[in-house]
Amino acid sequence: MLEIVLFYIAATVALVATVMAMTRANAIHALIYLIVSLLAVAVIFFLIGAPFAAALEIVIYAGAIMVLFVFVIMMLNLGEKGDKQERQWLQPSIWAGPAILSIVLLIELVMVISQTSGPVSVTAVSAKEVGLSLFGPYVLAVEIASMLLLAGLVGSFHLGRRYLDRDNLEKKGGQ
Amino acid sequence: MDGLNIPLNHILLVSSLLFSIGMLGLMIRRNIIFILMSLEVMLNAAALAFVAAGAHWGQPDGQVVFMLILTVAAAEVAVGLGLVLQVQKRFKTLDMDRANRMQG
Amino acid sequence: MSETIWIIPLIPLLSSVTLMLFGSRFKVSQIGALGVGSVGMAALLTLLLAAEFMQNQQVIQLSLWTWMEVAGFAPGISFYFDGLTLVMMSVITGVGFLIHLFSTEFMEKDPSYARYFAYLNMFVAAMLVLVMADNLLLLYLGWEGVGVCSYLLVGFWYQHNANGHAARKAFMVTRIGDTAMALGLLLLFTELGTLDIQTMVGEANQTWQVGDTVPLAACLLLVCGAVGKSAQLPLHTWLPDAMAGPTPVSALIHAATMVTAGVYLIARTHGLFLLAPTAMTVVAVIGITTSLMAAFTALMQTDIKRILAYSTISQIGYMFLALGVGAWSAGIFHLMTHAFFKALLFLGSGAIIHCLHHEHNIFKMGGLRTRMPVTFWSFMIGSAALAALPMTSGFFSKDQILLQAYQLSDIGPGLWMAGLLGALLTAIYSFRLVFVVFFGKANTEPDKDTGWRMAVPLSVLCFLAMVGGWFMIPVTEVFPVGDGSHPAHWVEYVSISVPIFGVLIAYLIFYSGRLKIDGLANSGLGKSLGQFWLSGWGIDWLYDRLFVRPYYGLANLLKGEPVDAIYGLIVALNQTFNHWLSVAQSGRMRWYLASMVAGLILVITLAANLSEGVL
Repeated sequence: MLEIVLFYIAATVALVATVMAMTRANAIHALIYLIVSLLAVAVIFFLIGAPFAAALEIVIYAGAIMVLFVFVIMMLNLGEKGDKQERQWLQPSIWAGPAILSIVLLIELVMVISQTSGPVSVTAVSAKEVGLSLFGPYVLAVEIASMLLLAGLVGSFHLGRRYLDRDNLEKKGGQ
Repeated sequence: MDGLNIPLNHILLVSSLLFSIGMLGLMIRRNIIFILMSLEVMLNAAALAFVAAGAHWGQPDGQVVFMLILTVAAAEVAVGLGLVLQVQKRFKTLDMDRANRMQG
Repeated sequence: MSETIWIIPLIPLLSSVTLMLFGSRFKVSQIGALGVGSVGMAALLTLLLAAEFMQNQQVIQLSLWTWMEVAGFAPGISFYFDGLTLVMMSVITGVGFLIHLFSTEFMEKDPSYARYFAYLNMFVAAMLVLVMADNLLLLYLGWEGVGVCSYLLVGFWYQHNANGHAARKAFMVTRIGDTAMALGLLLLFTELGTLDIQTMVGEANQTWQVGDTVPLAACLLLVCGAVGKSAQLPLHTWLPDAMAGPTPVSALIHAATMVTAGVYLIARTHGLFLLAPTAMTVVAVIGITTSLMAAFTALMQTDIKRILAYSTISQIGYMFLALGVGAWSAGIFHLMTHAFFKALLFLGSGAIIHCLHHEHNIFKMGGLRTRMPVTFWSFMIGSAALAALPMTSGFFSKDQILLQAYQLSDIGPGLWMAGLLGALLTAIYSFRLVFVVFFGKANTEPDKDTGWRMAVPLSVLCFLAMVGGWFMIPVTEVFPVGDGSHPAHWVEYVSISVPIFGVLIAYLIFYSGRLKIDGLANSGLGKSLGQFWLSGWGIDWLYDRLFVRPYYGLANLLKGEPVDAIYGLIVALNQTFNHWLSVAQSGRMRWYLASMVAGLILVITLAANLSEGVL
């Protein structure tokens, strides 16, 4: 019973936080809401018996990835001007059309979902089981994921280095 | 404990809502940073659906896919934020619509 | 001599080429000497040839080389010479020489003197090829050659737009006939396998019976060609306009030689026409109709050259009548005498025009009898011959035609009556010309009289027009001989008296003024009839409405390329679609996203519908 109540609270928090995150003009504010939303989803993971996933969600999503965002926002240093610009872009005339599309898609999804039924099992799926299937039947997917991460690493290094190099060169030229 | 469990379709409903909100954000925002955030939301929604499905069958596969999604999200954010820096450098703005011309 | 007849057309051709290439470097006297001398030489050689032919009556067939050889079709550059050829050659070179001589004075002041003689010599060469040709293809070469020369000479004074127009009209109208003639040649070749005239006629007589369809079709196609060239109905409209050229050109090409090529063609292929009696009737009817139409028109004209042009059409109509009734030699005889007296009349009118500051209107002349005596006597003799007054050359030839027409069964007397009417009209209009131009009050003073180079040709032609009727043309071997019977004497008397009666009418109306026609001419019917005749029976107007304007309308329609417009529509549609699609390819990320979402919605809808049972 407690689990169900907690689930609905967590779901509400996640939804509200996400909506707030999507509508903020200030990037840092939006980011904080997004972190809240991710934490709420982590709670849901824990409730439906996936503690390993919940831990990963907090550590990697709310931790590492969001910190990356924070760093970039700090580097860009948008300030008040950026906030004004964002508010200007968020006119109802702009989001009316996409909103209709999204709602239509949502309705369809709900209609599809409504045909499923049944509870979620309370039996927790332990980290050990996950690890066994990761390096058992899914070992190829792990390899692909590692390749993907390598590609991301090389790509971000390449893009970021040019950015920094040029900055350094300009500074040297200025001195 | 039976009958008091969380209904699967409620979780999927939450997942759908999150996905729709993320998609809406993707379409209405012009700032690249917000676009990346919206993508994160959508990926997260998808991950939630997978984990819920895995929990429904009591199998670890859902969490395995969740980890793969996590990997994709991490790689995507790394490259995406690198691009954000380049766009800001070249166009002096983060407006996606200003960067709509291809080179050549 | 028999082996070297090819020299005769070659001399004027060489002279023409020389004048074309180097004419601008020669002096006027040299150009004249070359132009006249070459034709004179040809005339002299023709005279020698004639003397030889009179002695031995030998037909010459001379093959120079094979023109081309394609799948059994091997027309040669080869010449055929018999009595008919001799008559034509004599006319061409003899009258041609006199006209060339006349031209030296007439064109003396013209800046394009060399060009003129180059064209004229070229014409003589082409015409000689036409009459000497052994096969129909070589004949066609000459036929087109004279057509080109006619075009060039009608438009000789090309600086005036009207002259160029007249030249094009002459060329195009004859082209209609020439196309039909080419079809006729193709038909003859497919059916008989040869275009060699003598062989062909022999083959035709073995292959076909009298009255068969194929020879009728071939003959009618040949007649179309002849009608175009000889300015007969319905293709006669070019000849009056062709008077835009210099007057000696009108004399040579549009009176004496080229326009009679059609007569020559029919006479040359008479073996075919004997197989198609219907075609002969057609020829006769065309001839007499044209003759009457042109005679009525000539009555009303006021331009001296147009009167003579319509008169020419009318006289060629008589020749066609002769051919149509089978009076071959009479037709050729009339061709010859007509060449003499019509060349004389044209040259006389040329002399008048030359001396009267290029005046063409006969009512602005008058009283020239005493001032230009040579021209006056030329005109008197020429008109007498044209009107066929007794003892002149025209009398003998026309009389023969009318008498032979009378002897034809069924339609013979009808043709004879119509011919008589034509003769009456001819007498009236020719002497109307004489009385108006040479008698009465002088309206324009001539500024000079004719020089010797004009006087000599006129005098020689006067002589020929008078005594030409006594010549015996050597064509008895060529044509089948008639039965030699004569109609009743009263027919002859009527034929003789009608022209005299016509002259009397002309005298009463235009000289003494005893016969008043003003009242008749000014009445409503008379006026409209006169207007109708003046316009050449409205045939130009009719053709303008029937062919020229619809053609222009069609051309204007096609100028907008209506067929292309259909393809243009396809292009426009593609461009529109392309535009629509390229709008989608805007490079705007959010637009792409929206499209993707829309697509996603579609896919989910479809998937949900398709897998309804599964879910």
